[in-house]
Amino acid sequence: MYNFDFVKPSTIAEATAALAAEGAQAISGGQTLTPTLKQRLAQPAVLVSLTGIAEMKGVCLGDGGLSVGGATPHAVVAAEAAKHYPALAALAGGIGDPAVRNRGTIGGSIANNDPAACYPAAVLGSGATVITNRRRIAADDYFTGLFSTALDEGEIVTEVRFPIPQKAAYVKFNQPASRFALTGVFVAKYADGVRVAVTGASNGGVFRWSEAEAALSRNFSPAAIDGLSVDAADMIHDLHGTPAYRANLVKVLTKRAVAAAG
Amino acid sequence: MPKDHGIGASSKRREDIRFLSGLGHYTDDSALQGQAFAVFVRSNVAHGRIRSIDTTAAAAMPGVLAVFTGEDFKDVGGNPAGWLINSRDGTPMREPKRPVLAHGKVRHVGDAYAAVVAETYAQAKDAAEQLAADSDIEELPAIVDMAKAVADASNRVHDEIPDNLCFDWGWIEDNRAKVDEAIRNAPHVTTLHLVNNRLVPNAMEPRASIGEYFPGTGDYKLTTTSQNPHLTRLLVAAFVMGIPENKLTVVAPDVGGGFGSKIYHYGEEALVLAAAKKLARPVRWTAERSESFLTDAHGRDHVTKIELACEKDGTFIAFRTETLANVGAYLSNFSTATPTFLHGTLMAGPYKVPNVYVNVKTVFTNTAPVDAYRGAGRPEATYSLERIIDKMCRELGLDPFEVRRKNFVTTDMFPYTTPVGLIYDTGNYQATLDKLIDLADVAGFEKRRAASAAKGKLRGMGLSTWIEACGIAPSRLVGILGSRVGLYDAATVRVNATGNISVMTGAHSHGQSHETVFAQIVADKLGIPESSVEIVHGDTSKIPFGMGSYGSRSLAVCGTAMAKAVDKIIAKGKKIAAHMLEASEGDITFEDGKFSVAGTDKAKTFGEIAFSAYVPHNYPLETLEPGLEETAFYDPANFTYPAGAYLCEVEVDPETGKVDIASFTCADDFGNVMNPMVVEGQVHGGVGQGIGQALLENTVYNEDGQLLTASYMDYAMPRADDVPFYTVDHSCNTPCTHNPLGVKGCGEAGAIGSPPAVVNAVIDALHRGGLTHVTHIDMPVSPSRVWSAING
Repeated sequence: MYNFDFVKPSTIAEATAALAAEGAQAISGGQTLTPTLKQRLAQPAVLVSLTGIAEMKGVCLGDGGLSVGGATPHAVVAAEAAKHYPALAALAGGIGDPAVRNRGTIGGSIANNDPAACYPAAVLGSGATVITNRRRIAADDYFTGLFSTALDEGEIVTEVRFPIPQKAAYVKFNQPASRFALTGVFVAKYADGVRVAVTGASNGGVFRWSEAEAALSRNFSPAAIDGLSVDAADMIHDLHGTPAYRANLVKVLTKRAVAAAG
Repeated sequence: MPKDHGIGASSKRREDIRFLSGLGHYTDDSALQGQAFAVFVRSNVAHGRIRSIDTTAAAAMPGVLAVFTGEDFKDVGGNPAGWLINSRDGTPMREPKRPVLAHGKVRHVGDAYAAVVAETYAQAKDAAEQLAADSDIEELPAIVDMAKAVADASNRVHDEIPDNLCFDWGWIEDNRAKVDEAIRNAPHVTTLHLVNNRLVPNAMEPRASIGEYFPGTGDYKLTTTSQNPHLTRLLVAAFVMGIPENKLTVVAPDVGGGFGSKIYHYGEEALVLAAAKKLARPVRWTAERSESFLTDAHGRDHVTKIELACEKDGTFIAFRTETLANVGAYLSNFSTATPTFLHGTLMAGPYKVPNVYVNVKTVFTNTAPVDAYRGAGRPEATYSLERIIDKMCRELGLDPFEVRRKNFVTTDMFPYTTPVGLIYDTGNYQATLDKLIDLADVAGFEKRRAASAAKGKLRGMGLSTWIEACGIAPSRLVGILGSRVGLYDAATVRVNATGNISVMTGAHSHGQSHETVFAQIVADKLGIPESSVEIVHGDTSKIPFGMGSYGSRSLAVCGTAMAKAVDKIIAKGKKIAAHMLEASEGDITFEDGKFSVAGTDKAKTFGEIAFSAYVPHNYPLETLEPGLEETAFYDPANFTYPAGAYLCEVEVDPETGKVDIASFTCADDFGNVMNPMVVEGQVHGGVGQGIGQALLENTVYNEDGQLLTASYMDYAMPRADDVPFYTVDHSCNTPCTHNPLGVKGCGEAGAIGSPPAVVNAVIDALHRGGLTHVTHIDMPVSPSRVWSAING
């Protein structure tokens, strides 16, 4: 690593001020940033830790749904969201391994927006609201492409608020090496319709499969997906899968998620 | 009643005490007074001409003590090739120089062309980055594909080698016409093109080296991650640095895995020694994982066409193979032996096939050097054989178990000379197959298949009956075949005055339980507690000259040397006892740790004899020297030939292509077993690596020679949930006829026999599911590849 200074604020206000400095970079669980620093691929002057901010931690039920603090580790979500939003808890419990889950946070995950990360599928699939230290952003407006989001420079994800669905499930097919999602599908059924969010598959990052949403809103069963497909031309081509393979997984995993949702 | 100590006991590993509690001592753990840190500057292009390197800025940076480039080593010896192979036309192989630091050209991504030594690691890294920025390297087109490398004479990895060919080898060339004829006339010929995928060894401990120089004496010391410290010393001292061996000590402390990758000398070892001399300070280097991916010798990487000619009833007539074997940018020490004499010579398998011909062309490419990796040539041979036999059975509608049985060498045929030059001493291939069929409950397969089908999964079983040649090796034979080294080994057994024992061995454990198992053997032969035997290894100033640990030789060769040294101890002990007991030597027997006069109760314990040797008051000094320490060097008469039968059952999800291993059963013949627990562990580990190769691991260079699988984000290692609980058996053993322990070696077997069992199981699953259009899927049989094969 290159040398850096390190500050650990205890409030959102302190963190906001610290991030205004030249060369300041936020670090939450560090599960992406720390390896990046070790490989000398980034050289921030100051790391501003967000893990000491109590008001950004925890899982609680409120109006608007289940609220998850931006600095809440995956292991905590896996344990504490299980009662009210089991599909979300299960997704969190399937990220990485126990060591990763003890450190990685939802805020870090969605701020980074890795095209194969799991949380973006849950956030988009739930129609969640991303709350920052400046504003509230609807999920549909938040994810803008590979590794890119609507966040401005220095903006902190302080909380994500999930409306709780009637039923939901996340089915993830592991990329065999990284165990990120080669493709992962989050299906959630709400009173006003079904949402289907797909991660790991598309060149544009996480996306909603609107054709499937419409079909499932009419008939929430795996059979509703039978005649549908996504266009392979939009799908990622890499060492671990061809576009046609990913398009196939989108379809298969959507059906399996619907079946798992009950 | 299973034994609880000595030969045949599952004695718990004494090494585990330190390895499981963080008390091991690995190369990187050493902290030396005044140590400086080396960082290498490595090419980020696969092929380039070095136009200039301006060291001025880097040399002036904080903490920098020295900067080296290839220019500093151009008159120093290159890293030598250890085995001379002649092409079919009799010409010797091409041996381009492999310098300590690349000079003139860089030839693979990761090829080190400079090095910086500084007070701290961070300072060395900073200066290395500066040096990289100040290096002018003209990028040249990369040579990555082997077929293109051979065909395009305009693009050369080594300027003096026009066709990028190291050699074109045939075995046995004189038989070629006969084999071609047999195939032409055969009733049935099956053909298969397959790839044996390149693997990164991924030892848990990365390579590390520390060089020291002592100006007062002119002595050097190299502490390094080596599987064979004496061989490293010979190569570095005599061939590279040009210093006398008696001025260099090489120490390999605890080594955390090697799998072959730590056999070889690497340029980093020479660099730290040269830097230590220049600075008169210790200089150390430890690889980052990305350096390990880029520069540890890779394994396998064969592209093969194999043909099996047979009768309609499946009786084998001939095997013929053509292989392109990648050696990478430079020859590593055994790169040339692995695809030839460790591969072609196994191409008859455990079968009595009369005709075999193997052609191997080894090709230079702009990729990391390739050399032996767990199995070293034998997995490649077994994979080709067991895959094509499976394909033939499907073509002719024959039962794979019966076809093996029909073609096995039978117990009355030993010693059996194969058409590819090996003499199998003994075996019982039918017995291991029978044991396998029973243990794996082949009879119950259909019921399991139906249960899988009810869950939407396709279930298949895959057979592999394998043999290998290890216990490397008879020196005269390998010398005739081109080896430039001998392959004997040595042990010194030193009995201390109070009766406990130090055994100095040329073997070097990097995970093989030597300290436990060797102690069992010595203790068993001497009738003393295992705890009174200490095994010393890894330090050239302490151990006799041995060739180290690889090729499943530590037990068969190093262990035999040890046993022979113990025999000498016993022989001398008898002389001492005869004197002390006032009997003739011929009347002395040795049993259970006691020397006795036959037919009487007059006896002396081993301890009493030992003490007498060191305090020789009642001792035959006129005819016998004091002391009780004996050395034996042992050169084996032949390779050893473990063999076995493996069955893999898989479930395939046809919608996603995911393959899960439902069970894996092994019935192995390793000859006599010294420690069953250790043998099982070896098979578990070997099969785990074989499953990794079959389903998960792949080393991918793009057309520019960039390594795309350079981290665990893209290189899929087998994890605990990728492998099943194995069923492992070694009861059907036929003791080796030519070493006194009757052992054959077991370290590589699992990695040799398992990949074809896995792939055969996947093809079987698909065929049973009606997907008979899939005749082959190359390793790694990833979900994406399975699905693509199913869906055309």
